[in-house]
Amino acid sequence: MSVIAPKFRLAYFLKSVIDNIFWIIILVTLIAIPAIQIVLFYMDLPVIEGELLTAFLAFTWLFHPDMAIPLVKSLIHSDLFRIAAFPGFGFAALIAAGTIFVERKMLAKLQLRVGPFYCGKVEGILQLAADGLKLISKEIIIPAKADKPIFWVAPILFVGTAAAFVSLIPVAPGGWVVADLDVGLIAVFAVIGFFPIITILSAWSANSKYPFIGGIRALHQMVSFEIPLILSLLGVVILTGTLNLNEIVESQASFPWIIFMPIGAIVFFTAMLAELERIPFDLPEAESEIVAGWLTEFSGMMYGLVQLGSYVKLFAFAALFVTIFLGGWTGPVIWPPLDEQIITEGLPISDFRGQPLLTVSTPGLPLFDEDPNEWILQKHGLLEYTTGQLFFSGVIWFVLKTVAVIFFILLPRGVFPRIRIDMLLHIGWYKLIGLAFVNIFIALGLLYAGVLGPEGIF
Amino acid sequence: MTEQLIPETAEKMPPGLQLENVDDRIMTLNVGPQHPGSGHMRLIVRIDGDYIVDCDPDPGYVHRGEEKMAEVRNYILNIPHLERPVIHDSCNILYPYVLGVEDLVGIEVPERAKYVRVIAAELNRCVYTQYWLAIYGIFLGHSTMFMWPAGDRELLIDLLEKMTGARVTHSYFIPGGVRNDVPPNFEDVCLRQVDYFEKRIKEYADIFYDNPILKARTEDTGVLSTNDAIRLGTTGSVLRASGVDFDVRVKEPYDVYEELDVHTNVMKEGDSYARSKIPWLDMLESCNIIRQALEKMPKSGSIRTKLKPNPKGGNDEVFRRVESGRGAAGMHIISNSQPQPYRLKISPGSFRNLIALPYLLKGEKLGNMPAVYWSLNYWPVEADR
Repeated sequence: MSVIAPKFRLAYFLKSVIDNIFWIIILVTLIAIPAIQIVLFYMDLPVIEGELLTAFLAFTWLFHPDMAIPLVKSLIHSDLFRIAAFPGFGFAALIAAGTIFVERKMLAKLQLRVGPFYCGKVEGILQLAADGLKLISKEIIIPAKADKPIFWVAPILFVGTAAAFVSLIPVAPGGWVVADLDVGLIAVFAVIGFFPIITILSAWSANSKYPFIGGIRALHQMVSFEIPLILSLLGVVILTGTLNLNEIVESQASFPWIIFMPIGAIVFFTAMLAELERIPFDLPEAESEIVAGWLTEFSGMMYGLVQLGSYVKLFAFAALFVTIFLGGWTGPVIWPPLDEQIITEGLPISDFRGQPLLTVSTPGLPLFDEDPNEWILQKHGLLEYTTGQLFFSGVIWFVLKTVAVIFFILLPRGVFPRIRIDMLLHIGWYKLIGLAFVNIFIALGLLYAGVLGPEGIF
Repeated sequence: MTEQLIPETAEKMPPGLQLENVDDRIMTLNVGPQHPGSGHMRLIVRIDGDYIVDCDPDPGYVHRGEEKMAEVRNYILNIPHLERPVIHDSCNILYPYVLGVEDLVGIEVPERAKYVRVIAAELNRCVYTQYWLAIYGIFLGHSTMFMWPAGDRELLIDLLEKMTGARVTHSYFIPGGVRNDVPPNFEDVCLRQVDYFEKRIKEYADIFYDNPILKARTEDTGVLSTNDAIRLGTTGSVLRASGVDFDVRVKEPYDVYEELDVHTNVMKEGDSYARSKIPWLDMLESCNIIRQALEKMPKSGSIRTKLKPNPKGGNDEVFRRVESGRGAAGMHIISNSQPQPYRLKISPGSFRNLIALPYLLKGEKLGNMPAVYWSLNYWPVEADR
């Protein structure tokens, strides 16, 4: 029986739009506004410049130049902003979205085609948004005999674990990290250990054959590559004597660890590809063998969430590689090259006769200074770089290095076929673990020879 | 009652639909027909852990009754639908039919038409092999190897479009010659395109055939020994990859193949890697054949001997075979002095190669299944007819 699509009728369309608006108004007035008021009643609002912040005051200050900067600054330094927006999930999701676009275009160029092209007019830049809309609008189908609670919660747990991984990565100097732990590296290992559990739970709860085989493959792969992954990072821990990721980054101010530990970096990179299920290690999602592996039964936005989670995880692994082997945010201060005064007071623009026409204000930099008057100290030579300058420079270096590593993660997809599970386990257990121990012995040798470490010559 | 019914119905059901015996170790997978790793067919695979215990190919999803359809159409009307089983290799699958009808009707083919036919057949073999290679690439997870052959195929499709007027379903060969002459500057264009095509496919060695991961994965998987290859009746690239020097173009030359220098590529290993490399070597050989044919082809002359309308065969039968992209493709035509054949039997290479699949997959790992399956140079639609 075929279903014929109904004809488009303006009246029905308008009715559906008005219905939606009606229900939005009803729900907002009945549920959302009372809920916000209840939350505001119990929440401790910050005191800024001696005045208690209320919603009314916040809106008033937003249009007052002197008060807007401290207001936004207090927002930026709040925990919610850090978790949701900048060093946390929003930043990672943004880079993940960019990664998907770059992957598709780069792979297309490699394979002599154009890739996404029409959506968004300019080289298909909006293709990802279109795909996301499509996934959201699709029906979610759950297998009849699935273990429904676990099946529902698995994609959310996957994204949550990926976000927890991101929260441990330092992005810029001055404590720009969601969770600055003394046992940062151990916490990273703990979070990585969660991924196989989520994978096997989602695969098993679907109660279907192909997801089950894919889940078992993913379990084998992730558990056996976790060991070389952890062992390859121990060399750095031995030489720095710390597990705090911020301190590991600071120890690389003069040189990155990849110079002394290229073997560890290669082992980590290979294990990373396997943990991320990228080609040539994409056995858990091997299309021609087991349909889509452990993702087979996910539909609609559940699939979208797993994909988002896997790309956030990709960013997090690349960022961990940068943090440990490539020096994280360290690097010469390259931005902003402008005079601080221009940035704080605005850029004067004149017409062709040389007469001042208008001043374009470029606020932003003092927002990230710990003290808003740092630029005056810098002007008089008392301070080399303001904290804002260090922040921007650190973020730029971090993003550049991470993007470079992501590029190398994406590249094998155009070059290699998929390998088999026995070859994969052979690589993991025989070759990578041996190489990881070689790396540890190199680190110990460097330490006891006095080249590196606390009493070393560097 | 229901408890008794289940075992009874289980035995009556066709293979593959039987109720599964509950076994802790053996899992049955229905690979296809809606599976990215099957063609238009189903493989019923039983696995024990990661090892394949048993494989039962279940073709027939695209059976169209071409042989029965041929019995109610006259010899000319049969041409367009007999090429439907393999539209990517339509010239080669039509070749034995046209040769057979020429024998039945008793008609001579002009020399120029024979050369044009050989050129079209070799071009079409390359087009088919590129398509096959693309799917072999994506079955192994190599997406670049999917896109490159699928793109380079366009060169020869454009060439065939200039010759025949159609991109895939050419209907170019007719009893007595070819349907229309090649375009005026065809020799130059063809030579240029074929040279560029050869340069392109030589690059596949760098990214695919010399790839260490591909070699490690497909070497020594699904090994078909020389004796088994002959005993199971495989043809074409599968037979040649197992070390048997057999090519219909050389052993039973038809049209002008005996005047051309055709080299048969043979490999001794008999594994998936050899089976996937032989078609690629054959493509390079096809380029050589096309160049030779272009050189020797008469520059002008007739391309078709006119037939009487509604030709009738004698009270006779004929079997002709050619080397198609998948091996020896034969047609057995029985005529009883009527305008349409009394019986037409297509004997394609695909079905003969599929017979080897259960023997090759037994004991292999599940990850090798696509590599072994598609290396058999098998086209589901042609096997089903």
